[in-house]
Amino acid sequence: MKTLDAPFTEAKVRQLVVGDLVSLSGTIYTARDRVHRHLNDGGILPVDLKDGAIYHCGPLVIRRDQSWAVRAAGPTTSMRAEPYMAGIIRKHGVRVVIGKGGMGESTRKACQEAGCVYLDAVGGAGCVAAACVESVGAVHFMEEFGAAEAMWELSVRGLVCVVGIDSAGHSLHADVLASSAARLQDLFCLA
Amino acid sequence: MKTANWERNLLDLIRRTSTDLPSDIEAGLRKALRSEKKNSHGYWVIRTALDNAARARGEDLPICQDTGTPIFHFRVPVGFDTNALVAVTRGAVSRATRRGYLRENVFDAVSGKPFYTNVAPGSPVIRIEQGARKTVDARLILKGGGSENVGTQYSLPDERIGAGRDLEGVRRCALDAVWKAQGAGCAPGVLGICIGGDRATGYECSKEQFLRKLSDVASDRELARLESRIVRDSCQLGIGPMGLGGRTALLGAKIAAMSRAPASFFVTVSYLCWAFRRRGMVLGPEGGLTRWLY
Ligand code: SF4
Repeated sequence: MKTLDAPFTEAKVRQLVVGDLVSLSGTIYTARDRVHRHLNDGGILPVDLKDGAIYHCGPLVIRRDQSWAVRAAGPTTSMRAEPYMAGIIRKHGVRVVIGKGGMGESTRKACQEAGCVYLDAVGGAGCVAAACVESVGAVHFMEEFGAAEAMWELSVRGLVCVVGIDSAGHSLHADVLASSAARLQDLFCLA
Repeated sequence: MKTANWERNLLDLIRRTSTDLPSDIEAGLRKALRSEKKNSHGYWVIRTALDNAARARGEDLPICQDTGTPIFHFRVPVGFDTNALVAVTRGAVSRATRRGYLRENVFDAVSGKPFYTNVAPGSPVIRIEQGARKTVDARLILKGGGSENVGTQYSLPDERIGAGRDLEGVRRCALDAVWKAQGAGCAPGVLGICIGGDRATGYECSKEQFLRKLSDVASDRELARLESRIVRDSCQLGIGPMGLGGRTALLGAKIAAMSRAPASFFVTVSYLCWAFRRRGMVLGPEGGLTRWLY
């Protein structure tokens, strides 16, 4: 297994290849539907994402005394961010996007041109992911968007993912989509 | 109605549904693990899913952060006070949210403002029917959003996939739905399929299939055969766990048939992810726990 530690520089990211298992450590920022739309519309970004990581995730968090307890924090479907992702990667210098289910053609291109990588975490494995969260930093957009849509600053250690899109233009998801389309036609013929 | 009793036990139903993966699903995942190649992506996904299930159960944590839409199915005795039942169910949902068994998961559809308790118009979903017994059956499914989004409805004939109004057409719809979903519904999941009905009852019936255990087979012989055929075929697509490639795309498929009008032939396919949260309990007339259904 490869390791990927913050800061997520272009040089580190460009060494990852589709299919690699990666153990990631460092600060990551959750962002899902509302935050992507907000950034796409030119809204203010309260953090610096240069050489940073976005995590498609709406965590389940409760208040405990003065701090937050993350009870489950697995990935959410990334494809819903597809209309906005490429623009955000280019504009803000994002190097790592973590999510589930893969992303489309424009994100694949942006990863290749700007030097970014898309990582698949295991969907549904909410408490395994939460166990990787060492601390919770600031939370943004809490009032407007609610806890599930807010931008959480999470410091993680050893979050294991697989490289779904690398910076050389390869996409595991595009490959699976194409090969499964061919098999679907075969299965249709076996009536 | 002894409100405190009911609320306490319904809260426990929610807690257990959110944290304790049913044994039939866990057994299905173990079987899937054996069929994936060692050290493949599929193997890694299923092993992580099993680790996650053990950790959630052991530490009383939600299996998945998306606790979805809570769908309650009640069967109550004749003359039972269903208004009171709805009220205690909402109370239990609100308490489960405060305790971190459910995520604050409901938003105003227009303004986007959060409802903090998961109690809002349309949430939780509560279905009540009358039964012959003196006890109450309470079943709950937490239906995650990712898996809900990949649900789909076909109106046959469908030229694109060459599906006519017969069981072969149904098979094509099911496989097409699994193909379109790829990893987005958190494969390997379970399909609930309804043949017939209208656009609304088709979805309702397809989701009710998730109340059946994985080992349950359709009583109709042809439908039973189709259930296993769909699972077998889907696993040849090469989509695999989380759509990362591999052997297991589905853990099961459950089919039911309704009547239909001459103009319509709907095939409705609902999807439930591997984080298949379904539990049920039998409650006495005073709201005391009699036994767990699953
Ligand atoms: S599809 Fe299911 S397992 Fe996946 S994130 Fe949604 S609720 Fe969780």
